[in-house]
Amino acid sequence: MHIPDGYLSPATCAVAYAASVPFWRVALKRVKKTMNSRQVPLLSLFAALSFVIMMFNLPLPGGTTGHATGIGLATVVIGPWAAMLAVSVALVVQALFFGDGGVTAIGANCFNMAIAGSLVAYAVYRLAAGRSPLASARRVVAAGVAGYVAINFSALLAAIEFGIQPLLYKDAGGAPLYCPYPLSIAIPAMMIGHLTIAGLAELAVSAGVVAFLQRSDLSLLRGTAGKVRDAEQAAPPTPSKSLRPLWAGLAILCVLTPLGILAAGSAWGEWMASDYADTATRHQIASASLNHEAPARAPEGLARLSSVWTAPFARYAPPYIRGAGFGYLLSGMFGAGLIVVGFLLLGSFTRSAVRAGPDSA
Amino acid sequence: MSDFHPNAKGGFIENTLEGLHFALQRALYAEASASRTGMLQRLDPRVKVAGFFAMVITVALVTKLSLIAGILVLAVALAVVSAIPIRVLARRTWLGAFLFSGAIALPALFLTPGTSLYGLPITVQGVRTGSFLVMRAETAATLMLVLAYTTPWTHILKSLRIFRVPVVFVVILGMTCRYILLMLETAHEMFESRKSRTVNRMTPAENRRLAISSAGVLLHKTLHMSNEVYMAMQARGFRGEVYILDDFEMQARDWFALGAFASVATVSILLGR
Repeated sequence: MHIPDGYLSPATCAVAYAASVPFWRVALKRVKKTMNSRQVPLLSLFAALSFVIMMFNLPLPGGTTGHATGIGLATVVIGPWAAMLAVSVALVVQALFFGDGGVTAIGANCFNMAIAGSLVAYAVYRLAAGRSPLASARRVVAAGVAGYVAINFSALLAAIEFGIQPLLYKDAGGAPLYCPYPLSIAIPAMMIGHLTIAGLAELAVSAGVVAFLQRSDLSLLRGTAGKVRDAEQAAPPTPSKSLRPLWAGLAILCVLTPLGILAAGSAWGEWMASDYADTATRHQIASASLNHEAPARAPEGLARLSSVWTAPFARYAPPYIRGAGFGYLLSGMFGAGLIVVGFLLLGSFTRSAVRAGPDSA
Repeated sequence: MSDFHPNAKGGFIENTLEGLHFALQRALYAEASASRTGMLQRLDPRVKVAGFFAMVITVALVTKLSLIAGILVLAVALAVVSAIPIRVLARRTWLGAFLFSGAIALPALFLTPGTSLYGLPITVQGVRTGSFLVMRAETAATLMLVLAYTTPWTHILKSLRIFRVPVVFVVILGMTCRYILLMLETAHEMFESRKSRTVNRMTPAENRRLAISSAGVLLHKTLHMSNEVYMAMQARGFRGEVYILDDFEMQARDWFALGAFASVATVSILLGR
């Protein structure tokens, strides 16, 4: 994630610096306005904390390890503007003295991680936490999701910066002068690692430390919480009550699924191998594709791969159900049920992880 | 540079201790190295900061590998006359930068479209773009290491004022540098004390909980320390305004060095376009 020197063109670096400067100025102004001079040592110490947390090799499922950046944590505790400055300072120190990230890329690294990262983390945290009490499990999950989304958004920005380099800068012989990988390679290469490993490290640190703070010093979470529902005065609505309209809506949608049969033809690009042999379907494909004729036979790769897996509810019509409408209804109920069960399991896993918390360390 | 290490050996505590120890060692070595007698150590920090930053930008701008290689040789020569042994450069910069950038550049040899090289599955363009990536990363990292090892870190930060970096930002950077050392020491002690109490090998889940609780404790210490530092600053008369002493003074050799840096950068950019 820390982009070194030589990967981005000077023009890209200049744009990134220019994009970062207004945010730094606003952050400095807001920090001066909303806080007092106490903020100076706090920012320095949070920057130092972010630096040290970046050195933790967090063990992750699958036997690998990952580094967290502390963006989510800093945002939840000191707010997005102060976090933006603290993480920027940590990144500048890393680039200048520890060779982690390039000097020309400081603007890009700060924009991706400190600026975009903290703003995204704050938006996600506030949205996910809502007005839940400070000590609620929802805040732990919200902090984890905020960290996860923030680091992945930062990685996506870095991937886009990498990916546009070969489009813009090549020498006379066609060799890319900076990062050689186009967007089609840079985005998956960056995102796979961050969605699976670095994102999990960020999620674990953000959620874990917020759970730790809920037990040790709740007041630290008050600054960015917004309006908080008092847990004692207003008991949270029971899930069965608050979710009842949603359950009813889901049931109605399931019942209405046979309406899907009324839609003529198949969705563009979702054709089966057998569709190519059918004249009527080929005609539909051509009329939906600006009159480009579909081949008379299914492409070889499509024909080969389409037989690898046969879905039990192929085309929402289980083979053992005669009525198309009932088959659609059954498929809808089965699909919705699978998703609900999946989320219930995830919720139960998250709650048990929160209960286990850092106390058991 | 990388965000994850799939092949990290040892447990979480050992790896983290090693990382913290390396960072502390690097900081202490830099301080000792900056106080040695050498050519760059005698120069005004502002000249070095401006000169080395100009060289890093030059490396990014030029499109000829020979010129980038020339700047790398110049950086090594400056390190040698400034009492930085080549083995230190090799161990602390070249190996890491080569492994990291090399791993990223390797697929480009095969994936970059172009003319095949001697009938091999790699292309001339791929080799060229990979060389650019590795050479630029190596050269820029070497330049920054030479700067960091020949100039006290506080002087480098103070010199950022020549780029109109706000005073308050420079002060925060300076304080951060100081507290990074303190926090590294604190984290090191925390993990060492835990290691001395650990008999068996910890499971990944236990390691995760340890990392998270350590981060939480460090956060508490941070806030506690922040209050103490603020009170100490107030006791010394801090009222929210920050000042730094601009006590650097340019001498003839500094002007000469500035001219030399500017000349090398200008000539390289003109030749390397």
